[in-house]
Amino acid sequence: MAILQYREALREAMVEEMERDETIFLMGEEVAEYNGAYKVSEGMLDQFGPKRVIDTPISENGFCGLGIGAAMNGLRPIIEFMTFNFSFVAIDQIINNAAKMRYMSGGQFKVPIVFRGANGAAGQLGATHNTSTESIYATIPGLKVIAPSNPDDAKGLLKSAIRDDNPVIFLESEVMFGLKGEVSEEKDYIIPIGQARIAREGDDVTIIAHGKSHWIAMKVAERLEADGYNAEVIDPRTLRPLDMPAILKSIKKTNRCVIIDESNPYASISSEMTYRIQEKAFDDLDAPIMRITTKDTPAPYAKNLMAYYMPQEDEAYEACKKVMYV
Amino acid sequence: MASQTKGTTRRRKPAAKKTTPVETNGQSEKFPEAALKLERTFESYPAGKFTHKDVGLSADQVMAMYRNMLLQRRFEERAAQMYGKQKIAGFLHLYIGQEAVSTGTAAALEIGKDSVITAYRDHGHGLALGMSANECMAELFGKIDGCSRGKGGSMHYFSKEKGLFGGHGIVGAHIPVAVGIAFGHKYRETGGVCVGFYGDGAAGQGAVHEASNLASLYELPVILVVENNHYAMGTAVHRAFAETEFTRHAVGYDMPAAVVNGMDVFAVTKAMQDHVAMARENRSSMLEIRTYRYRGHSMSDPQKYRTKEELESKKDEDPIIRLKAYILEAKMSDAEALDAIDEDVKAEVLASVEFAEKSPAPDLSTIYEDVYEEDDYPFIS
Repeated sequence: MAILQYREALREAMVEEMERDETIFLMGEEVAEYNGAYKVSEGMLDQFGPKRVIDTPISENGFCGLGIGAAMNGLRPIIEFMTFNFSFVAIDQIINNAAKMRYMSGGQFKVPIVFRGANGAAGQLGATHNTSTESIYATIPGLKVIAPSNPDDAKGLLKSAIRDDNPVIFLESEVMFGLKGEVSEEKDYIIPIGQARIAREGDDVTIIAHGKSHWIAMKVAERLEADGYNAEVIDPRTLRPLDMPAILKSIKKTNRCVIIDESNPYASISSEMTYRIQEKAFDDLDAPIMRITTKDTPAPYAKNLMAYYMPQEDEAYEACKKVMYV
Repeated sequence: MASQTKGTTRRRKPAAKKTTPVETNGQSEKFPEAALKLERTFESYPAGKFTHKDVGLSADQVMAMYRNMLLQRRFEERAAQMYGKQKIAGFLHLYIGQEAVSTGTAAALEIGKDSVITAYRDHGHGLALGMSANECMAELFGKIDGCSRGKGGSMHYFSKEKGLFGGHGIVGAHIPVAVGIAFGHKYRETGGVCVGFYGDGAAGQGAVHEASNLASLYELPVILVVENNHYAMGTAVHRAFAETEFTRHAVGYDMPAAVVNGMDVFAVTKAMQDHVAMARENRSSMLEIRTYRYRGHSMSDPQKYRTKEELESKKDEDPIIRLKAYILEAKMSDAEALDAIDEDVKAEVLASVEFAEKSPAPDLSTIYEDVYEEDDYPFIS
């Protein structure tokens, strides 16, 4: 095992795949000469040259559409969003062109493309630079949505995403780019899309959390352990497809569930998880499912408001105690 | 890939360099001394200027073009009738009047190697590229033997074999895709080019602006074609654009551009040949092809935005009648033989209706097919 930052794991995944397959290229704002706005693509221009690591103007709609056309014509683009907040000016390309092309062409044109970049809140950035997009993209048939919480998953899943023949939304985090963790040194390290990871086993309550919310779940589990309760922490890793068998297996064991989701709450990925759990495991539940999300507002700027806006560890801890009736 | 030495560095110099730069008055940048002047010329391809020999077409090829234009016309006339009979539903945007554009383009391309992408008025492009009337009519009928297996409909014709990358429904959104297809040709060194058609209305979309800049910036083998039929749905060009000379839009992208009379198939062929040649050298360009649609925007359009007189005067320029007159004048054929072609085309179209009628509706199980690469995708099980 190597110790890598999250950004380094992402880079390793891209570099290894680009060394393996000449049809892969990386395109986005400041990915090449600037070496990446968050240094994810550092050194890649030097290694692969300007044919394969390509700076763009600030034209997300244009270069996402370009990626889609390139994918239809035999290439495997990786399109980097500086952050997914900017994907909204390209959302027509993602939803109408990337996700639907295979379908409306009757299966004639596939779109093997990865849209990747930082997702979710990253501090006092104001309303437009703090959006969690996973629930928006996960609702679209034709897309896969991945949100890794650690360097190892980031590497294994990004490699899978690049090899996938469907359009994949790959959600990273500005605040996790520097996160260090053990990463497999196995050659050709692949984590299959659609498999959850049981980060911690327990039988008192199931906590489901993806992306950086996973780390809140782990802290809550530690606090509960100090109280004498064992929480099972599930990191779904992939939000579409969702590993429902893993989630249901856990709930059959714990009979209780708390979801931490950085989305705005209304019609979010946690709403969908809640629906699916009650549909398949109603009789296994001993308490209503609870969820901790961001507030149902745009993100504020003020420090105290922003802290209050985000899913909080205390809220999640209290929710776990509530569903355990303790 | 020799020409793309840097992702954002281009072999061409910016046009503004014509003025004399000086450094004065403590200005850190080289600043123009006098008013900036812009001189640009745009080639013109008027009707009647080019013969079939000028564009390298044999008499047989001209006759094939005539037949195909007639096929597009008769196919759509029949489709309109079938729409009235409720055999076809949803949107049906007819191309009638614009057939010289699709046909002249196809004549300038290497079908199978080059690519075409267009908007929702796509029947003409599909048939011009050689898609069969059967697969096209069956798609309108929503049948399994349609080109897109009944999943696309009128607006979403696709043919991987013929290089038709769709039929697209969101105005202008397919132009970035056109540029990407061209990117794929250049990257993979296929030698192919992409022709991206959009309507005059789409020229107002931000996607078209972004894509045009990227095409020129990255030196991609693409021809962006404004198929100007004078109306964006029901809005006349002058009511939607401050600059109605679309060639001038190309100035902002440092692209060559030309204006083409789209009612003359040889003018279109010539313009397209010239611009395909540029594209094969990785020089992106723009064409404004002025054409006219004789029918409404879609089937539910009362057409109150134009006068009957205007419509009638444009019908005098009918591209099929023009080509017919040319053929007779050049004695490539006679009236009797041309009538026989018309009958043959009508029979082909009628047969396509019968084919579409007989083709089964898609099985309900196919609704989950073609969403993802995997057949057993967890969401759809």
